[in-house]
Amino acid sequence: MRSAQGALVGTNLAKTYHVKDQPPVEVLKDCSFEFEPAMLNVVMGTSGCGKSTLAHMLAGYVRPDEGTLTIDGVPITDAGPDRLMVFQETALWPWMTVEENVIFGPLSRGGSRSKAVAASNDLLQRFGLGDFKDKYPGQLSGGMMRRAELAQALVNSPKVMILDEPFRGLDVMTRELMQEYYIKLFEDTRLSTVFITAELEEALFLADRIYLMSDAPGRIVKIIDVDLPRPREISCTATKRYVELEQEALAALYAGQGEEANA
Amino acid sequence: MNVTSLPARRASNRAVERYLLTATGLVGFVVLWYASVKWLPIDAFNRLPDPLSVVVEWTSPDPDYGISIFTADYYTHIFYSTYRALAAFFLAVILGVPLGIMMGWKKSVRSYASSLLGLLRPVPPLAWVPIAILMFPGVELAVIFVTFLVAFFATTMNTLVGVKAIPEDYFRAASCFGASDRDVLWDIVIPGAMPSIFTGLQIAMGAAWFSLAAGEMIAAQYGLGFIIWEAYNLIQYPTIVIGMATLGLVGYVSSSIVRWFGKRLMVWHEQKLGMAG
Repeated sequence: MRSAQGALVGTNLAKTYHVKDQPPVEVLKDCSFEFEPAMLNVVMGTSGCGKSTLAHMLAGYVRPDEGTLTIDGVPITDAGPDRLMVFQETALWPWMTVEENVIFGPLSRGGSRSKAVAASNDLLQRFGLGDFKDKYPGQLSGGMMRRAELAQALVNSPKVMILDEPFRGLDVMTRELMQEYYIKLFEDTRLSTVFITAELEEALFLADRIYLMSDAPGRIVKIIDVDLPRPREISCTATKRYVELEQEALAALYAGQGEEANA
Repeated sequence: MNVTSLPARRASNRAVERYLLTATGLVGFVVLWYASVKWLPIDAFNRLPDPLSVVVEWTSPDPDYGISIFTADYYTHIFYSTYRALAAFFLAVILGVPLGIMMGWKKSVRSYASSLLGLLRPVPPLAWVPIAILMFPGVELAVIFVTFLVAFFATTMNTLVGVKAIPEDYFRAASCFGASDRDVLWDIVIPGAMPSIFTGLQIAMGAAWFSLAAGEMIAAQYGLGFIIWEAYNLIQYPTIVIGMATLGLVGYVSSSIVRWFGKRLMVWHEQKLGMAG
């Protein structure tokens, strides 16, 4: 296993979007967190609370107006292969086969083709896509596309994976399957992860730690340590501890809304 | 024994049905044409050549007005028109695709070029003919230039639209994998815009033919557009239709060739459409 890398630390992050002829939208304000490496950090919040903006900031696509953001102590200034993001909507290039999609990263950094293909084969096999490497994304099901996308990111050995609602838009069955796939992958690799979601069940099932975000302007209002034992099976959602954690999270969520209402 | 599956048989039935409908459309048109020339009590229509006399003239070894599939002249005219259309088309591709790609990809290039193109594009090809004749030494280049213009605008605009329609995430993903500008150009921009580029090329091919015919009517000594106008002036009416029909045929064939190339180049696109449908 790799030494634990990929500690992401944000301090007092703020971001306001200015759209012409409309009042400015404050998306993040005083948003601080320490995402520990080798952990599955889940950021949870309602839609429109600035989760996606946070994800794009971590990936380096969006710069904060205020505050600092570092990875292993180094400020984040740009996008880079040490922090890979899996997108909400699938970003596989439809004109490349699954394999071409996966080896794109290693090749564009000057890696050898044979090595990249070997690594890609490994990953695709592991994701049950071994027979589909020569297919085009348009020929895959939704769940297969997400898995191919995970392979496309993982082949670059990033320090951190950033997943921005990666299973949104999948049907319930596929979604649960993907969560089980994904949790196994994480438990095998222990790759530092920031997982963004709006679903409490998903957050509780996957997370080592949940960071609850307030409504916009978003900031982290509560941290919940999910001490459910690993490896986790879907059956853990029926345990007493799970229900307790769920209650705790729900209470925090409603408290947050009450705060908004009073303000 | 040859056993055909039910879906396959159904598909072939549908194909037969399609051909029947196509044939009905064509036959219907010819009948209508014949009827309106022969039986309509309108003088203007009675002057037109009927389909039968056109076919007779077209296939006659000794045509009344000098143009049929047995005369060398006929092929000389086809050759000149095809040569001009292809020269204009390839020129449009060579200049229009790179310009469209740069305009779509780099905002600065778009700023330079877009308003200029926006102003020049609506000018009809015929309006360019006098300037073209003044600009170029000889009619040949002038006709090619006029033909080129329309094809060029169609190619550039469709390429531009194609690049702009590539989702931002495709670029983001490439940049976070550490792709260089060159990788992005060859692996993202060009293949991503390819479907739209080929739409543009098909339009360009068609547009090349129609502005070519117009240019040839005014300013050429050879070509299908020329024989159409010449035949009108010399009251050789069946030859007008021979010229028109031949234009239609070569135009159709050349567009089909472009489409065929597009399909070969974009297997992924065909399959995506196949899945959707």
